[in-house]
Amino acid sequence: MTRVVRLTVNGTSHDVEVPTYRTLLDCLRYDLGLTGSKEGCGVGVCGSCTVLLDGKMISSCIALAVFADGREVTTVEGLAEDERLHPVQQAFMDAGGFQCGICTPGQVVSAKALLDANANPSDEEIREWMLGNLCRCTGYYKIVESIRAAAQRSRA
Amino acid sequence: MNAFDYRAPRVVDEALAVLREYGEDARVVAGGTALVTMMRQHLVRPGCLVSLRDVQGLSRIEATNGALRLGAMVTHREAEVSPLVRERLPVLAETFRRVATVRIRHMATIGGALAHADPNQDPPVTLLALDARVEVRGAGGRRELPLGEFFRDYYETALEPGELVTGITVPLLAAATGATFLKFLPRTADDYATVAVAATVTLEPDGERCREARIALGSVGVTPLRGRAAEALLPGERLGERVLQAAGEAVKGEVDPLSDHRGSAAYKREMTAVIVKRALTQAWEAARRSARGTR
Repeated sequence: MTRVVRLTVNGTSHDVEVPTYRTLLDCLRYDLGLTGSKEGCGVGVCGSCTVLLDGKMISSCIALAVFADGREVTTVEGLAEDERLHPVQQAFMDAGGFQCGICTPGQVVSAKALLDANANPSDEEIREWMLGNLCRCTGYYKIVESIRAAAQRSRA
Repeated sequence: MNAFDYRAPRVVDEALAVLREYGEDARVVAGGTALVTMMRQHLVRPGCLVSLRDVQGLSRIEATNGALRLGAMVTHREAEVSPLVRERLPVLAETFRRVATVRIRHMATIGGALAHADPNQDPPVTLLALDARVEVRGAGGRRELPLGEFFRDYYETALEPGELVTGITVPLLAAATGATFLKFLPRTADDYATVAVAATVTLEPDGERCREARIALGSVGVTPLRGRAAEALLPGERLGERVLQAAGEAVKGEVDPLSDHRGSAAYKREMTAVIVKRALTQAWEAARRSARGTR
């Protein structure tokens, strides 16, 4: 059984015919070719599939595409403006907030959502917000530093 | 995942009609955090998903005489950050804050969590201590039942076929009452509890002794539990070490935890006593502050 869902992804509207069981993550990756969002755990725990749905971060691996019908999705591909990286992306580059890169799209999208909600988070607020984004490389310190730097740069 | 029909009705009656049409082959889906995960693991294979996300009027948080009413589609995050919940029932807002991660709290709903009836969840523990009532609708109309009668067994509720949860009503705290929620997490901050405890303590008019205490326990039985034997020891008492020790001992006999990677059954039973004592102490101190503040 299929449904046609209307998704606005990174500002562009798409009508996509999907099987009802299509996850939002698979729809983004395979139907729309947006492979920035990754599947890690597949059960909503690791955060590598994080996208924004109507501005709120969710796990796209346990959301069905049909749930997003008529709504706005933001993925990591939607953050940079042309060649200019989003301040969070630039800060992750500058402060070394990533190594292997698998978790990075989810980290960056979550961090953007944090700064949208709270332009000046404390380290504790950063850690509480980001605790659902697992990283096996960095030890997290540089991720927190990156977000702190992005917040400072956004305020400047 | 298996193939299934998908319906997204706009009113509750239409959702109930789909449930009648498909019978036991239909599953209601709210946020989907539990159900979609189980479907991905092939634990559930519904013939039809009935989504409540387009149903009007299920996402409200309202103050009604002496209580808060939260619609079934209110997300955990909305309950956590709601100014109304934070002001009137801070213990409930704090409980929602302790669930999983912000990302999951954006998705998971109150009604979905209740219907899922996983005994490791946090909000049912506090809702049980607060004497919340669940509102249910089915072909026969609307009914309300105490949360203590709603949970029947591991993942089993009192919902009849064709019924769905539409909301929950939570009484505000009585005067001179303190309430607390504690979640013991030896592993990670987003984990299920090894044991979770919610406690309320209401003082006598003199502000010196306990009139009534309620204790609710999570992750230590097939449903959230009330610690009634421990509660019975507390009226008329000042909550000092001797009484708290007795309450902790009593509660050990009321739980039936499973051994798993969050601890052995024996360890969880011991920790239940420890966390109950801590929760009662905090609720007692909050009640004393509340009593002093109102006199």
